[in-house]
Amino acid sequence: MTALAALVRRDIQVALRVGGGALIGVLFFLTVVVLMPFAVGPDLALLKKLGPAILWLGALLASLLTLDRLFAADHDDGSLDLLTMSRTPLELICLAKAVAHWLVAGLPLIVATPILGLLLNLDTDATVAVALTLLAGTPALTFTGMIGAALAVALRRGGLLLAVLVLPLSIPVLIFGVAAANAAVIEPAGFGAPFSILCALSLAGLVIGPLAAAASLRHGLD
Amino acid sequence: MRLTATGLRCVRGGREIFDGLDFMAEAGEALAVVGANGAGKTSLLRLIAGLIAPAGGTLALDGGGADLSVAERAHYLGHRDALKSALSVTENLAFWRAALGGATANLDTALKAVGLDHIADLPAAYLSAGQRRRLSIARLLAVRRPLWLLDEPTSSLDAGGQAMMADLMRDHLGGGGIIVAATHLPLGIAARQLRIGERVS
Amino acid sequence: MTLIDLANPTRFLSLTAKILPWLAGATALLLALGLYQSALAPDDYQQGATVKIMFIHVPNAWLSMFVWGVMSLSALGTLVWRHPLADVSAKAAAPIGAAFTFLALVTGSLWGRPMWGTYWEWDARLTSMLILFLMYLGLIALWRAVEDPSRAARAAAVLTLVGAINIPIIKFSVDWWNTLHQPASVLRIGGSTLDKAFLIPLLVMAVAFSLLFVTLHLAAMRNEILRRRVRALQMQQASLPRR
Repeated sequence: MTALAALVRRDIQVALRVGGGALIGVLFFLTVVVLMPFAVGPDLALLKKLGPAILWLGALLASLLTLDRLFAADHDDGSLDLLTMSRTPLELICLAKAVAHWLVAGLPLIVATPILGLLLNLDTDATVAVALTLLAGTPALTFTGMIGAALAVALRRGGLLLAVLVLPLSIPVLIFGVAAANAAVIEPAGFGAPFSILCALSLAGLVIGPLAAAASLRHGLD
Repeated sequence: MRLTATGLRCVRGGREIFDGLDFMAEAGEALAVVGANGAGKTSLLRLIAGLIAPAGGTLALDGGGADLSVAERAHYLGHRDALKSALSVTENLAFWRAALGGATANLDTALKAVGLDHIADLPAAYLSAGQRRRLSIARLLAVRRPLWLLDEPTSSLDAGGQAMMADLMRDHLGGGGIIVAATHLPLGIAARQLRIGERVS
Repeated sequence: MTLIDLANPTRFLSLTAKILPWLAGATALLLALGLYQSALAPDDYQQGATVKIMFIHVPNAWLSMFVWGVMSLSALGTLVWRHPLADVSAKAAAPIGAAFTFLALVTGSLWGRPMWGTYWEWDARLTSMLILFLMYLGLIALWRAVEDPSRAARAAAVLTLVGAINIPIIKFSVDWWNTLHQPASVLRIGGSTLDKAFLIPLLVMAVAFSLLFVTLHLAAMRNEILRRRVRALQMQQASLPRR
């Protein structure tokens, strides 16, 4: 347990001290959302309608792109070798890394959501709904993306390959996330079902993600 | 305690590195793995450390914590130092002490032994190559593991550092540890030679 | 006193140590005066008391662009004249510029609330300001991403100059985009002609905020110089043999 706590702590420290890793994710999120009105026009009624979808797309891209270096940094400096030799199972190590990443890269996106909601003319209820669905759904994105990050290390490729591998896998999260957020705005009765599925996806990711990531890391090391 | 390898075979990228490798090391014994570049010295160490799966043969470390794998009882000191530049010297060492788990030793003692105690609070980014090496070596002392796998342990160390490393290795062997070191340079301790890759001239 | 005299960081530190208290005092006095005058200014017949947000908003908006100008000048100093304090100045100015831009955005949206009924409208001026804010944040991220300040300085200088060239283009594009989608909004920030009763407090506030910038900038430059000295000392300490 101390080993996992130490790993979470180290990853958070490194992320906060080096180049504002967390800050860049939020900045990317902000930029993507700000770009949308330039494409669809400054029509507030339209933006309000598209708001949840825009926020979800932005959060999806931001959380996946920051995952790129999740394992690559530890692989490059040799940390990954030593982590596999620790007495803690590699699956739990992957889980701890995912948790640390979500805390520094996922959570700030949710905190930033109300401000972006303001830009997209969302009312309070809709903003809260989007933030809530992001809170339930972004762990699933992190766990799915983690598999891609592990594969990317094993294959010694990063960047776009990661996105191509992982984006299709994250479609279900996007579907139910936007569905739940929209339901909260249009007809609150329909919120429960997609939101439950979203939570289920995160829980399933919690199990599958670390297992798959550890498996691909084991094969990827040499 | 005894490290035994029988008929080890290592294949990487479709190329056979070595085959039918047998060796044995008793407690308190050091093995110096020698051979030409590309003979597979690093591969052998990584194979013992569990970082490469052997293509054949068996590897066993008998005595002392038999429920643990060989890798969980071994330290690997490789070319890459596994240090985070953003963390301080102490933070780096404290992390590995917690992450590797098992029996540990005092951080200050370990840092003093490698001669880094005076800069314990500086970020690792400011360390020279030799100092980074020393910090990696401190990891071997902060967590007690019986088998040390050392890849060119004295590289980038100055004369004082090499003498220090020799002392640390002697202490480790004296405490019943085993060392397998791949090196081109003299280790500074009595070691039995294990020559690999003879067929490649 | 010339730029050459200031080139020596030690001279700069001792000089600014003398100037800064006076500057801070003058800023405080002028800000107090400006706020007092703003409070006395009459309400607008159309906008009511909301118009007084202008006294904060306009100086911040003006400074948000002025600071980019200061950074561009510093960038030239880094790239062309290789002035030793140029990158210190550029680095110190970025967060301050971002803060002014942020305040301009916040006051702008507070002003817009009673006018538009929403906190945010994709008004051409506010939108340009938002893009400027994003550019400031990107620049800060760049400064933080590179560990060695002198290497970061050149990259940041190039980005600053590219930004300086791009800002008018962005401004033009956003204006065009905005008029394309919604023909002339009813009220624009600072659009109406200014009465003398508004002009004087506004000018006082503009000068006060400019002084505030100079004070903060010099203080931030001092911090940055000291931070670099600590870094240099630590690196020196790391390379010393153990006693």
